[in-house]
Amino acid sequence: MKAGIVVFPGTNRERDMAIALRTVTGKAPAMIWHRETELPDLDLVVLAGGFSYGDYLRCGAMAAHAPIMTAIRGFAEAGGHILGVCNGFQILTEAGLLPGALLRNAALRFLSQDCHLRVERNDTPFTRNWTTGDVFRTPMAHGDGNYIADADTIRALDDEGRVAFRYARPDGRVDPGDRLSNPNGSINAIAGVLSANLRICGMMPHPEDLVDPLMGGEDGKPLFEGLVEALVR
Amino acid sequence: MSSGSAGQKPVDQGLAQEFGLTADEYGNVLSIMGRTPTLTELGIFSVMWSEHCSYKSSRVWLKTLPTTAPWVIHGPGENAGVVDIGQGLAAIFKMESHNHPSFIEPYQGAATGVGGILRDVFTMGARPVANLNALRFGSPDNPQTRRIVDGVVRGVGGYGNCVGVPTVGGEINFHPAYDGNPLVNAMTVGVARQDRIFLSAAAGVGNPVIYVGSKTGRDGIHGATMSSSEFDEDALAKRPTVQVGDPFVEKLLIEACLELMATDAIVAIQDMGAAGLTSSSVEMAGKGGVGIDLDLDAVPQRERGMTAYEMMLSESQERMLIVIRPDRTEVARAIFDKWELDFAVIGHLTDTGHIVVRHQGQVEADIPLDPLAEQAPIYRRPTAPSPAPAPLGPITDPIGIEQALIRLIGCPDLASRAWVYNQYDSTVGGQTVKRPGAADAAIVKIEDTSIGLALTTDCTPRYCRADARMGGAQAVAEAWRNIVATGARPLAVTDNLNFGSPEKPEVMGQFVSAIEGMGEACRALDFPVVSGNVSLYNETRAPDGSSVSILPTPAIGGLGVLDDVTAAIGLSMPADCTLVLVGATAGELGQSLWLREVHGREDGPPPTLDLAAERRNGDFVRARILAGDILACHDVADGGLLVTLAEMVMAGDVGCVLLAPQSGMRPEAFWFGEDQSRYVVAVRDVDAFTLAATQAGVETRVLGHSGGSGLTLPSGATISTARLNAVNSAFFPALMDQ
Repeated sequence: MKAGIVVFPGTNRERDMAIALRTVTGKAPAMIWHRETELPDLDLVVLAGGFSYGDYLRCGAMAAHAPIMTAIRGFAEAGGHILGVCNGFQILTEAGLLPGALLRNAALRFLSQDCHLRVERNDTPFTRNWTTGDVFRTPMAHGDGNYIADADTIRALDDEGRVAFRYARPDGRVDPGDRLSNPNGSINAIAGVLSANLRICGMMPHPEDLVDPLMGGEDGKPLFEGLVEALVR
Repeated sequence: MSSGSAGQKPVDQGLAQEFGLTADEYGNVLSIMGRTPTLTELGIFSVMWSEHCSYKSSRVWLKTLPTTAPWVIHGPGENAGVVDIGQGLAAIFKMESHNHPSFIEPYQGAATGVGGILRDVFTMGARPVANLNALRFGSPDNPQTRRIVDGVVRGVGGYGNCVGVPTVGGEINFHPAYDGNPLVNAMTVGVARQDRIFLSAAAGVGNPVIYVGSKTGRDGIHGATMSSSEFDEDALAKRPTVQVGDPFVEKLLIEACLELMATDAIVAIQDMGAAGLTSSSVEMAGKGGVGIDLDLDAVPQRERGMTAYEMMLSESQERMLIVIRPDRTEVARAIFDKWELDFAVIGHLTDTGHIVVRHQGQVEADIPLDPLAEQAPIYRRPTAPSPAPAPLGPITDPIGIEQALIRLIGCPDLASRAWVYNQYDSTVGGQTVKRPGAADAAIVKIEDTSIGLALTTDCTPRYCRADARMGGAQAVAEAWRNIVATGARPLAVTDNLNFGSPEKPEVMGQFVSAIEGMGEACRALDFPVVSGNVSLYNETRAPDGSSVSILPTPAIGGLGVLDDVTAAIGLSMPADCTLVLVGATAGELGQSLWLREVHGREDGPPPTLDLAAERRNGDFVRARILAGDILACHDVADGGLLVTLAEMVMAGDVGCVLLAPQSGMRPEAFWFGEDQSRYVVAVRDVDAFTLAATQAGVETRVLGHSGGSGLTLPSGATISTARLNAVNSAFFPALMDQ
């Protein structure tokens, strides 16, 4: 799998993501500067976490109009695989590549803590190394992760099985009203969503920060291992 | 020579006094200049000779601290301290205060505190890998406290989270003495290759002087002077002297500077911190023994019509001054263009030994640098001893062990800090091995190596008030102990000395005693001071108009190293271990939290500190951790032994069962005394462990064993882990989310 990470001004989790990708592929991913207008030959484009352009407008709104985004839209239209984490998820929604939006956390505070995610389907390149219903632990670190979309969109996401992950209790129970298990207040406890072709995935938490027992576990690793298996060529 | 713009106040002794210069100091300015200085020159003298920049009241005492060791590469005098951590790498670190701005405008005060200390570290060539902080707030009952806690925590997080440097540790105290004067001490740790460390001494007559980063505005003018005076009733009217931070620009500045540092372009570099363009240019030229000419028309400006005085005194954030090789100017320009940051050649080095500032065709300042530095005031201010605390006398236990434990773990000084640190990104970078609360010191791995850094901040201000010498030594010892408890080898400290007005003899007495104590502990523990900061004039007005000093607070930032980071241990215990107390217990309750929370008393002598025992106990514990004999470790600190054990239970999901306390001692003295130099360790082979301790001359005592759920007292009563956690985690949400 050839992976590339896009670096916007203010991206700050590109190194974490590079470590996670290197852990499973054995080679360093390409780093792609936001001013580029073409992508190299890639199997996976990753939009990493951070505060692109300071997030001084809405989170991700400026990055969605960066020069590289035209190439990324083309990559998506051609059926390319894209993973957006945290600010990367926000950028994908602002770019219209994923539905919905991310509001301020319900408590109006930045939240940096572990959360648990339930895997909603395992027949996608992002989730294939889990079993549907599996629960895994992952760090989250964001101020604006409160997922929202209009009722029709939410219904469509549910009907089409386009929710990849939901915030859950460690035992797998999902309770959107429970601030302990759904800390940012996301609608229907949605933590990650998929594009219609299941090739674009956006999620708020950071599985890339839990791929090493030394850092507290490897709970995030199946996502990257699954991508390597799915995108091998 | 410019006479200044129309409408300016005349430069005279009255204006000098407004700028914070005494009559004697102004007289010295006149004799150095041989004429009346211009407004800009007066501004330069006043900030360079302010307490904040000149350390005029503290310098003679700071010189007594030990600053060297074989592993120290650069001690005090550079932007930050530098120590050897092995494999050709260096840790670069410093702690700095932003106390006064954080009272006036808590969010920006704290945020720019973080930004400033980050620049001190990356200006030396280090990529910042961790932030910590030491915060002191007023009484939780004071209505101002909530506003200040909220703003400071948001500010620390807002800046650190955006720049992408994990905030991994810190400490918080509450006390009414900080009601009108909170303490915000921020620490940054970075890592660089030892052969790529950048210093600030300018060199090479004719070399260009480059300005990079944000544009200069009118914010923060005379911030350094404000930090050097007491607050009065008009403190909040000083809001315009507080700077405004932009962490996004800081992030770009870090990446751009590190990219430039990978080339051979830089001769010298320094951030524009307190006193901005003035201190950076004066210090760089002064250290290099050269002169410097600045052309202010070239300075990137945010506002129109700024005067030379305003530009030289502005403390606009996220700016750096670089002396560069002339043939590399375009290489540098291209890097800063890439990161969309301002870049301007604003001057060059000269052989005049003067700083000459030009603006709009006029010479606005022309000052000889040597006397500006060498004739800076130094004061050996009068000191007065503090009375020794009276002995405690007989004490009773009105509520019993269980109730006292519940009260203690719920009190403001011991309650869980999760509400706070959960607002700080502690995992960005992917190298955080022990997050906040998981171990006595935070552990951060150095990417692509096996090395781990152990980081902590410590001070017990109530001990310092009772006995500043013991308190200074104890702050150093506790930082050392917290590093030892993870298995790391303590290397060096940075200090942040927060005190009241040096013009009060009793405050100056506290300052001198605290430094004596710190020095003793640093020497005994081979734990030198490599960087630091002094914050004086931390005073507020009482309602009756009197000036009230903060508790003496010499905050210590400690750094240790693990050659193999996988050896690091934390607080949470596996089941079926024997819990052993390392170190002797006499049951010292003076100044203890138990005394305060149960009896409402803040008196008695603080616990004694035997530095030889400290060293012996710590060296023994660290050796046993590295040998793999110890599976969990927690030092005994605030609240005493039972609080330590409760914290170990709360850190994981394994409880403990305790044996009867030491005979011949009152139970509350055994369980809640704050005797120093002690650790609780979890071991598998207790016989081998205690034998090794005996051979090392270290006292041990078996406390019980780990296992089950909750904390089972010798009486047989069990406090469930859920109850411990509920009590422990109630304080911050109750205070802040009401």
